Amino acid sequence: MRELTYVRATSAAEAVAAVTADPHARYLGGGTNLVDHLKLGIASPEVLVDVSRLPLDAVEETERGLRIGAAVRNSDLAAHPLVRTDFPALSRALLSGASGQIRNQATTAGNLLQRTRCVYFQDASTPCNKREPGSGCSALEGYGRYNAVLGASESCVTTHPSDMAVAMSALDADVVVLGPDGERRVALDDLHRLPGAHPERDTTLAHGELITAVELTRSPATRTSTYEKARDRASYAFALVSVAVALDVVDGEVADVRIAWGGVAHKPWRARTAESLLRGGGLDEQRVRDAVAEELRASETGLDTAFKVPMLTGITARAVLRLAGATR
Amino acid sequence: MPLLRLTVDGSPREVDVDTRTSLLDALRERLEVTAPKKGCDHGQCGSCTVLLDGRRSLACLALAVAHDGAEVVTAAGLGTADEPHPVQQAFLDHDGYQCGYCTPGQVCSVVGMLEEAALGHPSHVTADLDPDAGVDLDDAEVRERMSGNLCRCGAYAGILDAVRQSVGAR
Ligand SMILES: Cc1cc2nc3c(=O)[nH]c(=O)nc-3n(C[C@H](O)[C@H](O)[C@H](O)COP(=O)(O)OP(=O)(O)OC[C@H]3O[C@@H](n4cnc5c(N)ncnc54)[C@H](O)[C@@H]3O)c2cc1C
Ligand code: FES
Ligand code: FES
Repeated sequence: MRELTYVRATSAAEAVAAVTADPHARYLGGGTNLVDHLKLGIASPEVLVDVSRLPLDAVEETERGLRIGAAVRNSDLAAHPLVRTDFPALSRALLSGASGQIRNQATTAGNLLQRTRCVYFQDASTPCNKREPGSGCSALEGYGRYNAVLGASESCVTTHPSDMAVAMSALDADVVVLGPDGERRVALDDLHRLPGAHPERDTTLAHGELITAVELTRSPATRTSTYEKARDRASYAFALVSVAVALDVVDGEVADVRIAWGGVAHKPWRARTAESLLRGGGLDEQRVRDAVAEELRASETGLDTAFKVPMLTGITARAVLRLAGATR
Repeated sequence: MPLLRLTVDGSPREVDVDTRTSLLDALRERLEVTAPKKGCDHGQCGSCTVLLDGRRSLACLALAVAHDGAEVVTAAGLGTADEPHPVQQAFLDHDGYQCGYCTPGQVCSVVGMLEEAALGHPSHVTADLDPDAGVDLDDAEVRERMSGNLCRCGAYAGILDAVRQSVGAR
């Protein structure tokens, strides 16, 4: 591990100035991802600017919904009464991730910006375009159970690991970002990017941009929302595939539906084709399966990932129909 | 090297640490507090669990310098040989120790988990998220909430019995 200078930021502006000025500086949240990367030798910043103690640790009710500070711990967010009643998909997603200890440490911003768990990315001795651009992708011909089936490129086939981000995608979250020139808002869907020729870039953030908050807007659909995760063990394992759904059914017809998938792409995958096919009509299992099939027409699978298509179809249908049952 | 001030198991401690030191290494290697164990060192096994400012946390993924001023309670600080903490006594009563490697982390995790449940925090298996629903720590809840602590001896049956007793005692 390279020598490190540690700085505890006292304000968001000071943190932004420090990281912007130094290409070798990085923010430190709870450290549950970054400290691991330091140990694995796959991240080697020279300066760590600790933003976990900034006054960004509150969940506040706003006129439209909630403003979640970037330093709010995953466990506190999952347990917050208004998240549980108005955005249950977010609670469910957080509670399905990692362990009690890790959720006590992990922060909202750190969770969004955690990096892929691809075994080759995490193994510094193997080629990986995400870690070292131009070195090649070992996952293409290697262990592929966690690989993407949508939106992958020749240079990278990995998936984004965050459960929370998938729920936030279906909840139409906005991310508030502070840069040297001031504040901007990014729709969660525009925060993470598909790999294309630059898999080393996970997001659309510039170096030095600090996430300060995530904002959620309450609606009948967000109140009837859920998250389901399929994995190799009952607990403490990343998703093979996962789904977040927010649903509003009025007089038997779908007034609002939002579906996002995890474990299938380089970013949370918002299933907008499926949503538009489901909007307006009534709900039955075949309609959901057909809509999912349409969304998955663009999917590309291999031997290791073929199981994801039926698995995704099954858990999506189950999640949508369970919610429909709950709204009637 | 930054000077780190910690309260460990009730005693104020000071140590100069390299900024790269994890809280686990600071405790074990520098302060000779060896209750928390190093299993995987990557957040995957829970054997380094301590109560960090009152909450169960993984000392291996915490950078020591980021926790200057913190209060750390390890399994050794929960009770003594003569007067064990009720959770430690429950592990004794139900043969939950086996080799004991995972045990300090398990014990801290149980203490932290009982506190989270008392605050009404839900888990992945909680059926009703209603904030007023309360938490009933049945076996499924205990298994889920303790899933971050792995036991290489497979002493889970004894540990589960010990947690049942601890839940009853609360
Ligand atoms: C064994 C294990 C199992 C896990 N299982 C799951 C799982 O099932 N599901 C899941 O979703 N996650 C899982 N995780 C991942 C865990 O959720 C993440 O490590 C955690 O959310 C990261 O948050 P953090 O605050 O610790 O981030 P850090 O490690 O502190 O930071 C992560 C990244 O975010 C950047 N960053 C931090 N704060 C900011 C900010 N405010 N603005 C801009 N950049 C910032 C950092 O520079 C770094 O690049 C698991 C982790 C482990 C170790
Ligand atoms: S040593 Fe910390 S979780 Fe394994
Ligand atoms: S008792 Fe041996 S590791 Fe758990």
